[in-house]
Amino acid sequence: MGLNERDGFEQRLRDARAKQGLDKPPVPRGSRPAGSWGVGFRAGIEVVSALVVGVAIGVGLDRWLGTWPWLFLVFFVAGSVAGVLNVYRMFSPPKRRID
Amino acid sequence: MAAEGKATIDALHQFELVPALGEFGQTYMFSQSNLFMAIAVLVITFLMVAGMMRGAIVPGRLQALAETSYEFVHNMVVGQVGDEGKRYFPFVFCLFMFVLVGNMLGLIPYAFTFTSHIAVTFGLAALVFIVVTIVGLVIHGTHFFGYFFPEGAPKVLAPVIIPIEIISYLSRPISLSVRLFANMVAGHVMLIVFATFVVMIGSLGTIGYVGAVLPLAMNVALVGFELLVAFLQAYVFAILTSIYLHDAVHLH
Repeated sequence: MGLNERDGFEQRLRDARAKQGLDKPPVPRGSRPAGSWGVGFRAGIEVVSALVVGVAIGVGLDRWLGTWPWLFLVFFVAGSVAGVLNVYRMFSPPKRRID
Repeated sequence: MAAEGKATIDALHQFELVPALGEFGQTYMFSQSNLFMAIAVLVITFLMVAGMMRGAIVPGRLQALAETSYEFVHNMVVGQVGDEGKRYFPFVFCLFMFVLVGNMLGLIPYAFTFTSHIAVTFGLAALVFIVVTIVGLVIHGTHFFGYFFPEGAPKVLAPVIIPIEIISYLSRPISLSVRLFANMVAGHVMLIVFATFVVMIGSLGTIGYVGAVLPLAMNVALVGFELLVAFLQAYVFAILTSIYLHDAVHLH
C-alpha cells in the first residue's frame, strides 16, 4: 500500500472501482453463499448430527451403567435441543466482533 | 455399467475401492483413493511451485491461479479469525486446497472422488476438531471449558446447558464430514443415473436417439452444477474451520 498511497492512487482506484460497481459490499460475517436448498440441507445435517451424538452418548452411558433406557431418553432430548441450538446459531446475527 | 442393450443402474459401484497400480497396489493395499490423494497433493504442489516460479509482477495464468487461491484463503482466515488467525493460515489453506482439488479431480471421467468416502471426510473433520480443541486449550487453558457455559446464565441451569453445549460441540465434526461426503455422493450418483438413462434410452433405436438428448442435456447441466458444488463444499469446509478457529481463539 504505502508507496501507492502517497499520490492517492489507492483512493482514486477505489473510487473508480466503486463507480464501475466492481467492489461488492463486504459480505457480512458468517453468511455463506447458498440457495434455499443449501440452507435447508445444512440445517438438516446440523440437527441430525447433534441428534446422532446425543443418542450415541446416551446409549453408550446406558450400556456402561446398565440404566437402559433412561439416559438414552435424556440424551435424546438433549441432542434434539443441541440440534435446534446449532440451527439457531447458523442464523443468529454474528455479535462476536464486538470483543 | 452393464453390456450394451441391458444397461442397469448401478450407481454405487463407482465408490468401490480397488487396488491401484497393479502389483504394487495389491501388495501395499494402495487403492485408487490413495492414488488420487497423492495426485491431488502433486497437483497442488505443482500449482504453487510452478505457479510462483517466475514471480512475475504481471502474473501469467498459472501464477494468477496460485495467487488468487492464496489470497482467497488468506482473506477468509483473517476475515473470520482476525489478525491472529494468520498463523492458522497454512492449516486452512492445506485443507481447502486438498478438498477442492479432490472434488475437482473427481469430476474428470474415470477419476475417483476421494471426498466421497466418509472415512476420508471424517478423518479431515476429526483433524479439524482436534486442532481446534488443542488451539483453544493452549490459548485459554482451563478457561476454555467456559465455552460450554455462557457467562451470565443462571447457575441453576448448568446441568441442562452444559450437556447440550457439549453435544453441540461434539456434533461439529459429524456435520462437517457428513455435509461434504453427502454432497459428493449425491452429485456423483445423479451423474451416473442420468448417464445410464442416456444409454438405456439410446438403445431403443431412432426414437431413442432423440429421447436420449434430454438426459444428456441434463447431464451437461449437472456437470456444471457439480463444478459449483465442488468449489462450494471446499469453501464451506474451510470457512467452518475458520469459524471454529475463531471460537477457539476468542471463546464466543
